Amino acid sequence: MLEQIIFYAFSALVVAAGAMVITLRNPVHAVLCLVVAFFASAGLWMLLEAEFLAITLVLVYVGAVMVLFMFVVMMLDINLAVLREGFAGYVPVALVFAVLMMVSIALVVGPKHFGLALFAAPLPHAADYNNTLALGRSLFAQFLLPFEAAAVVLLVAIIAAIALTLRPSRQTKAPKPERQVQVRRADRVRLVKDMDAEGTP
Amino acid sequence: MIAQLAAQLSFLPAPLVAVLMILLKILIIVLPLMGCVAYTTLLERKVIGYMQVRIGPNRVTLLGLDFLRGWGQPIADALKLMTKEIVIPDGANRFLFLAAPVVALAPALAAWAVVPFGGELTLTNINAGLLYILALTSLGVYGIIIAGWASNSKYAFLGAMRSAAQIVSYEIAMGFALVGVLTAAGSLNLGAIVEAQRGSVLHWYWLPLFPLCLIYFISGVAETNRAPFDVSEGESEIVAGFHVEYSGMAFALFFLAEYANMILISALTAVLFFGGWLSPLPAFLSDLPVIGTLLGDGIHWFVFKTAFFLFCFLWFRATFPRYRYDQIMRLGWKVFLPITIVWIVLVGAAVVWQLPPWFTRP
Repeated sequence: MLEQIIFYAFSALVVAAGAMVITLRNPVHAVLCLVVAFFASAGLWMLLEAEFLAITLVLVYVGAVMVLFMFVVMMLDINLAVLREGFAGYVPVALVFAVLMMVSIALVVGPKHFGLALFAAPLPHAADYNNTLALGRSLFAQFLLPFEAAAVVLLVAIIAAIALTLRPSRQTKAPKPERQVQVRRADRVRLVKDMDAEGTP
Repeated sequence: MIAQLAAQLSFLPAPLVAVLMILLKILIIVLPLMGCVAYTTLLERKVIGYMQVRIGPNRVTLLGLDFLRGWGQPIADALKLMTKEIVIPDGANRFLFLAAPVVALAPALAAWAVVPFGGELTLTNINAGLLYILALTSLGVYGIIIAGWASNSKYAFLGAMRSAAQIVSYEIAMGFALVGVLTAAGSLNLGAIVEAQRGSVLHWYWLPLFPLCLIYFISGVAETNRAPFDVSEGESEIVAGFHVEYSGMAFALFFLAEYANMILISALTAVLFFGGWLSPLPAFLSDLPVIGTLLGDGIHWFVFKTAFFLFCFLWFRATFPRYRYDQIMRLGWKVFLPITIVWIVLVGAAVVWQLPPWFTRP
């Protein structure tokens, strides 16, 4: 009973926030709604006893990815009037693509794949069941090779991203901290004898 | 005691009793925490005052008692802030402007749900406790960037941007430091991590994980935007940073969040690297009559260790000059990150070879 109330509350939140992401005019508001949607999905996963995945969703998507999203969106100076100009002109093309997408989705994951009869209710585990441990076992024992391959692909992607953005520095006057901290007194201060006009000390 | 109270309420439906009991436990944690936060502000002013050869607040007494001069200051401050007007700037986003302080405070309080105060004293004993803490501390940044954006002010926005970049950067070093801890303890459960450090002072993780311990605490200082990493406030350049437009209780909530986060980082440093509630004294002392409970393991050791690290926060603020922004980024990315990665590999090897005395598994 309590579980169902929580489930429907989170589900309603996911759907409402998802709808607001695509309808709200202000991009910052849309990003915040996406954050709410992620949060509510994490709540749903928690109900499925997938606490590791739920917390990781919050940690990775809400805590890191969406912060960078916010960062970028806030920096943009988006002129809403310009954005909305000629918006209606795209409707026929958009409709064609929307219908195409809907049909292809329905063909791949149509209604025949869903329904309570197809999915038995997951058996609740005992209170001492360790979801994190089970996930670790299957990742690092059962599926070690695919896991490592995925890790290598991610590493290559990271290096590629850095290599693409890292340009040789132009003539910028950037400070070099490693040289700054090595400065000694003798490099900066020179003691001179105080002379008067005749050159006597 | 709580179980007895729950039995008294058995005439109510069971889920309602469960919710009531959880709410009661939350109150038992949050009310003392709020008290601590209030008096940390006084402690900060006093500590910094004495370090700068001043006296600090000494006017407001408590209950008219002369020897408690200064002790009424937090209460007076709270009353003043509550009665002040909340000014909403022109062109500010009203809803987000008012929501931001709440968003900042909520994760700072929610993270306390898994902190183990003593052997069995914790609100929830979940398996992924460490991950939960990491997830919630990474949410604190939202309050700050929303505040900076919704204020419609250049200074607030600059502060928020600085803070967001800084928190995201230091979160990585912090997360890697925690990876070292969970590798060593073999668990994400905070209670199990403390139990894995049982033995003596030398068994606590500060010794085998010394670089990670330092990096965790320094990253914690950076995460809470405290001096010397307080460029997001940077009063000499951007007035007060992200909360420059806030006044009254909305401003006070940011303060509450910052101090609750400071206490949280102190408590976590105590739990993860300094044995939490474990006593540093030899075990036989806890068998002594009367003073045995004081010398043995208990919540008082946790409180004592937390208080020490909290003092370190104030100490840093009084003695270190502010870091330059590019130096902060360099420290996080080019110094801390490589050190943590190297040390994680070393800890992994030590765990595999069961290096005594820290990494032997039963």
